[in-house]
Amino acid sequence: MEESPATAPLENPAPVVEMTDISISFPGVKALDAVSFRMFPGEVHSLLGENGAGKSTLIKALTGVYSIDSGVIRLDGRKVTFSGPAQAQAAGISTVYQEVNLLGNLTVAENVMLGREPRRFGGINWRAMRKRSAEILSGLHLNIDPGSLLNSHSLAIQQLVAIARAIDVQAKALILDEPTSSLDTEEVAELFRVIRTLKDSGVAILFVSHFLEQVYEISDRLTVLRNGQLVGEYLTEELLRIDLVQAMIGKELSVLDDLEAQVHSTEKDRAVGAKSRTFVEARRLTRKGAIAPMDLSIDEGEVVGLAGLLGSGRTELARLLGGVDRADSGQVSVHGEPVKLRTPRQAIKHRIAYSSENRRSEGVVDELSVRDNIILALQADRGWLRPIPRKRQDELAASYIEALNIKTPNADALVRNLSGGNQQKVLLARWLAIAPRLLILDEPTRGIDIGAKAEIQKLVYGLAENGMSVLFISAELEEVLRLSNRIVVLRDRKKVADLPNDGLSVDALLTLIAEGAPAPSHTIGAES
Amino acid sequence: MKNVLNRAVGHRLFWPLVMLAALLLINVIAVPGFLSITVNSEGHLFGSIIDILRNGAPTLIIAVGMTLVIATRGIDLSVGSVCAIAGAVASSMILASPTPNNVGTVTGALLTALVLSLGLGLANGLLVAGLGIQPIISTLILMTAGRGIAMLITEGQIITVNSVPFAFLGSGFILGVPVATVAGVLIFALAALLTRRTAMGLLIEAVGINPEASRQAGVRARGLKFSVYALCALLAGIAGLILTSNQTAADANNTGLFIELDAILAVVIGGTSLAGGRYSLAGTLVGALIIQTLVTTVYTVGIPPIATMVFKAAVVTAVCLLQSPTTAAALERWRSRLATRHLQGVAAKAGAAR
Repeated sequence: MEESPATAPLENPAPVVEMTDISISFPGVKALDAVSFRMFPGEVHSLLGENGAGKSTLIKALTGVYSIDSGVIRLDGRKVTFSGPAQAQAAGISTVYQEVNLLGNLTVAENVMLGREPRRFGGINWRAMRKRSAEILSGLHLNIDPGSLLNSHSLAIQQLVAIARAIDVQAKALILDEPTSSLDTEEVAELFRVIRTLKDSGVAILFVSHFLEQVYEISDRLTVLRNGQLVGEYLTEELLRIDLVQAMIGKELSVLDDLEAQVHSTEKDRAVGAKSRTFVEARRLTRKGAIAPMDLSIDEGEVVGLAGLLGSGRTELARLLGGVDRADSGQVSVHGEPVKLRTPRQAIKHRIAYSSENRRSEGVVDELSVRDNIILALQADRGWLRPIPRKRQDELAASYIEALNIKTPNADALVRNLSGGNQQKVLLARWLAIAPRLLILDEPTRGIDIGAKAEIQKLVYGLAENGMSVLFISAELEEVLRLSNRIVVLRDRKKVADLPNDGLSVDALLTLIAEGAPAPSHTIGAES
Repeated sequence: MKNVLNRAVGHRLFWPLVMLAALLLINVIAVPGFLSITVNSEGHLFGSIIDILRNGAPTLIIAVGMTLVIATRGIDLSVGSVCAIAGAVASSMILASPTPNNVGTVTGALLTALVLSLGLGLANGLLVAGLGIQPIISTLILMTAGRGIAMLITEGQIITVNSVPFAFLGSGFILGVPVATVAGVLIFALAALLTRRTAMGLLIEAVGINPEASRQAGVRARGLKFSVYALCALLAGIAGLILTSNQTAADANNTGLFIELDAILAVVIGGTSLAGGRYSLAGTLVGALIIQTLVTTVYTVGIPPIATMVFKAAVVTAVCLLQSPTTAAALERWRSRLATRHLQGVAAKAGAAR
């Protein structure tokens, strides 16, 4: 082919962002070690790695949150140094963070335009602001009122508003850090539609997600990090999923498959073995706007998976059982005795622990140490007059740090400084310390890496083996199927199925979630 | 060695302590004998330092309670009014008694005043924890109403008390040390023990940092808040009695006036955030000492009384500036630049030598 050299870049266009040999050290840790990373226009590039691999650090290096020790960042071929996200954003690199960084008490329009409000006569031009934000939102096919309060929308919509805000600044590069971690299937599809629109308009997109299906669905290119080092850059179509997982964790991960086999073999044992005792039983439990009258029973040592979309009532039911919200009517019994679960404290007295899906806002106390977080529920239960002796605190902390493989410099480290997966483990440790009889885990594996996920799943399995009941909620159906002895499907605040987990497929479960098909033959109260 | 210095500078009490030292230094320059402590014929300690420790005691006592309230994300604006009420109650009881010099009479009056203070604290707690009203509003009610209540008790008069046992509280000595100072030290130590030897401190901090997470962990936030407001008012009552005894008069309008601001300042200077959460009683101690030393400095240096408030504001601003994260970052950059320049200088010299 006779082509002029000038067209060569069209075949393989110059990267918008090029980071070369970036190194960053924190006291005692080499967070990034000579890592290179590129972003091409009109391409979705996924950044993968376990917690602590350096993904967040790389993003923060790019957006100027951290200053780099060595290496070069080029934007459109020019060397740049940003002293903060505002500068990076002005240069065309926008970021949407994992936790929505918006102001819930302002309107959607105000959030989209925050800091860039159109002005007139030295004041804000409200009409222009509403108009502009409405344009942006409709560009994303988001049908929401710009004048409504952000808080009145679901997390998913808030996430899309955050993206709308990011693209309004004429981004050349858009960084999406775990944008899907709180979205359900439909919302993810909506988000991906938006991402594809942006991609077609030539924006370079950096996508971070722990959901490998999503990574494969949306991205063109993958970069894998491990322990602060670059493992490699691959084209998505050329990398098999098993190879990707291996690249990420650096070891064969057959743990999960083993686990699945184990659960199913014990399930068979249970079927032939003696019936276990019912631990908790809810009768016509109701809360207005949350769940319609619902029955549920959980046996000792049983793992019950709650499946359903966001808003189906799965979290709402869990919160009632954990005493976090109060039921309007209905009765809960523990071992056949009616109990009151009006506060988390009362639930804890009955050894029922609810681990919230909102790990940061309702779970860990981030400015306290790992040790204090681990002993908090136990100490609260004992009351302030009976402090746990310091020696015992240290023992507890040390044993859980080891048992759950919590990666922290020591027990005195602030939980704030831990990665998401490790914060989750600290929260789990807090609940395990009170020796619960029923552990309610609401999305315990959301936004954490595959290694930590496997560890948590293994833990759940082991706990149930020892007689603890578990109510397990996850948006990932594979996970629900892998761990649960029994699966309860909720839809539109009603229970639509309650069936033993034998040979159920993801597709079958999806059908139940989507269509409800309340087949009466399936609605076996498993231990009737 | 350098490491030790860096750690010291990074400590949250570093700048408050530097400020305290600087203030003391100013005083020593103005009055060379400032630091000297003398013992008089009765074995009592005298000197400017002793004055600071005695006159600062009421602020310290209140600031200790305020620290715990602030740690739970609260604030108590009513402490000054509680001071006035406690003083008014005790004074009027002693005045009405036929035997004002009887220890029993005085003890009864003091106990009544303290029980009433505790009751006022429980009322604050009821509004904040029981009814969920914002702390600043809840305690503003008592702040305003309290002086009126004190006025009713004293029937609008300034009650002058002539009672030897009562005067002991404000101007007496125990083993040569002023009673107020002893009370301040004891209360500080007891509060530290109460919160750090039990789990109260941990639970207070947890509630202050993340109320919802604490609730879900089973922490009884309501009970804790009740306790800290009650404790804060009780301590305000004690401080009010000391103040009244020291002035030998109960003045509904002026006893403990603006002391809530001094107490809040002491807490903030000591490094406890008004946003709640982690608190430092040691920091509050240093903060209270700074505030009292400031007042003394105004007199020793001879700053005209009309400029006192401005001077106080300047010092407080300086401490807050030094503690702000932005200033800390700027100082850090400045230090590292100096270090680089120093290294370059060393390298240049080494090069020249070769």
